[in-house]
Amino acid sequence: MPELGRAALVVALGLIAYSALAGAYAAVRGRRRLLDSARNALFAAFAATTAASVVLLVALGTRDFSFVTVAKSTSRELPIGYALSAFWATQEGSLLLWLLVLTAMATAALALNRRLTSDVLPWTVPILAGVEAFFAIVLVFVSSPFATQPPPADGLGLNPSLQNPYMVAHPPFLYLGFVGLTVPFAFAMAALASRRTDERWIVATRKWTLGAWAFLGFAILLGAKWAYEEVGWGGWYAWDPVENAALMPWLVGTAYLHSVMVQEKKDMLRLWNVVLITLTFSLTLFGTFLTRSGILNSIHSFTQSSIGAWFLGFIAVVAAASATLILVRLPLLRARTKLESLVSREAAFLYNNLFLVALALTVLWGVLYPILSEAVRGVASTVGPPWFDFFAVVFGLPIVLLMGLGPLVAWRKASLRSLGRSVAWPFVAALATGAALLAAGAGSSPAGLVGYSFAAFVAAVIVLEFARGTRARHGLGDGGWISSFAGLVGRNRRRYGGYVIHAAVVLLLVGAVGVGGFSTTREAKLGPGDSVQVGDYTMRLLGSTQERGANASEIRAQLAVSRGGDDLGTIAAGKNRYFAEQQTSNEVGIRTDWLRAEDLFVIADQFNPDGSVFVKAIVNPLVNLIWLAGLIFVVGSLVAMWPDAREQRRLERRFAEQKAFARA
Amino acid sequence: MSSGEIAAVVLAAVLAAVCVVFVARPFLREPFPAGDSLDDLSPADRERLRLAEERDRALAALKELEFDHRTGKVSDADYREQVGPLRQQAAEAIRALDAGMSHG
Repeated sequence: MPELGRAALVVALGLIAYSALAGAYAAVRGRRRLLDSARNALFAAFAATTAASVVLLVALGTRDFSFVTVAKSTSRELPIGYALSAFWATQEGSLLLWLLVLTAMATAALALNRRLTSDVLPWTVPILAGVEAFFAIVLVFVSSPFATQPPPADGLGLNPSLQNPYMVAHPPFLYLGFVGLTVPFAFAMAALASRRTDERWIVATRKWTLGAWAFLGFAILLGAKWAYEEVGWGGWYAWDPVENAALMPWLVGTAYLHSVMVQEKKDMLRLWNVVLITLTFSLTLFGTFLTRSGILNSIHSFTQSSIGAWFLGFIAVVAAASATLILVRLPLLRARTKLESLVSREAAFLYNNLFLVALALTVLWGVLYPILSEAVRGVASTVGPPWFDFFAVVFGLPIVLLMGLGPLVAWRKASLRSLGRSVAWPFVAALATGAALLAAGAGSSPAGLVGYSFAAFVAAVIVLEFARGTRARHGLGDGGWISSFAGLVGRNRRRYGGYVIHAAVVLLLVGAVGVGGFSTTREAKLGPGDSVQVGDYTMRLLGSTQERGANASEIRAQLAVSRGGDDLGTIAAGKNRYFAEQQTSNEVGIRTDWLRAEDLFVIADQFNPDGSVFVKAIVNPLVNLIWLAGLIFVVGSLVAMWPDAREQRRLERRFAEQKAFARA
Repeated sequence: MSSGEIAAVVLAAVLAAVCVVFVARPFLREPFPAGDSLDDLSPADRERLRLAEERDRALAALKELEFDHRTGKVSDADYREQVGPLRQQAAEAIRALDAGMSHG
């Protein structure tokens, strides 16, 4: 039923256009009914987009090859899970997913903040509608998922690199992150347009921002896990433009999450926060442009297409409109208080902001450099991983150090003596770690050594913060130790959830340095019965097997693995030859040692007629801490986002007070 | 036109009709319960909101200072230096709010 899909999208576009125009008129004229009607139109647009999405899902599930999108991204033999995931494997489908998530989030944000968006921030409705309108226009006029053709006998299949469970999950989480950041942006712009720059827009969007940022961070790690398993070079992050596309808004979003606390506590950085959230949102659009335009060569070459100009135009409109609004409302964004001391929590947040934004802009420069060099000199020069690695160390290490120092510094002003006392134990932990690593012969990577010392510093700070806080609550008579701990976290979820997230970053750092600085690689051509040593593992080629999978022929080298004389079983690595897609993929073999958190990572290539196989084996120490960090990151984000009834009551009381007074 | 196409057109028409009714709903309710004009704040309202924010900010800062002092993050001397101005800030905001209430 492509007609229904097409019609549903046209209905959605009509509703969104009405919402944008009627909402803007209602906000200017102060018309409540019209604003409610415009808001209802956005709710209805979600229903219409859902209808269109169901049509596409049914077509993918039933392999209706009369849909061009279905024919070019699925085949009859493709397993159903991957067939449905083709929804976001194609450009048209991914744009539809974007609109679906955006309309769903706009509906939820408007429904949950009904009073706020009608009385205080009426501009939220037309601004959200404006963003939705762009995607609806592209879907209706430029890149429709409902284009039809005479159905071929079979489809072209799905790019083999996308036939991976992590790549099934990665795009939806990425979109939840990208699209979720539209909500704080829309509220910030609405606050400016409505001249209501008090705390309410920040409070209303706090959880949206944190949630979207958490989804984005989780999606980046899912993508890294996919790259690790599927791209098969033994690493997990390659500074690929498309990977960077997600990293840049995450970095600026991280800066925003910290600086917005300074605005809440000290009423400072109003202008900076609005600029940061605008930059974050613009970078999500730029990230989509990078992913979808095909302007840069990427390991994600499956995403190349021709809607880049549309995205560039929209980014330009967003940047120009936001900058104009910020300039017009500049007097409302002036800070009322000043930085009291350079040694204070707010100063630490400011430093961390500068490093985070500097890192994001450096990554942006690295991404843009090939385009700019081609435009200026006619030759596309690229900057490689060493360039990015250098700046990641230069800006990343101070960020890690500040992660440790920030929680120890008091708000407003801290004397150097009390800071020195707080820092003493973490400093000892950092020194001890550095010395122990040097003694263990791990001094080959100076940046790694400093990174591990800083990681120990931050870990000690986190432990101390929990311990001192629990002791203080216990001292206040907050029951036993467990209830004191629970009370501590429950009464300040954002702070202690944040510490859990910091712990995840420490784990990620330890894992990343382990892989980047201390991995061992060995390459060898093995005949049946031949052995090769990598690290303290020995691998012996048992032979090769070939099987028919659901939609591919699977050839594998079977290798017996042992360590120190202990048999550790077999590992299989090889290639899949996909029938419909007529493509081959590398299928790496991974043996995880959970106690050491390390992987034995095996790539098997060149299966020769004499039975020999070319094998590349890598021992990746501590790599599994990266994935564990992802889980801890999710736990910390949930703690930080968990609703705080006391704070909610406090805010409601304040605004009820205000309303009661206004009525009196 | 095939039966599938006819079904699609009918479903699309139903979807469009339901959406239009839903969008028009605020205009179909007479009288409109909340009145037709959006709330706007007078300069005095804005000032009161600012004072309420300042009061809450100062009270939260006091609470945090107490806790940081208890955990040893803030020394006795720093605590004594900071607690006075914060109390004064909160008291001034409360006084200004009360004055606004009584004159408002």
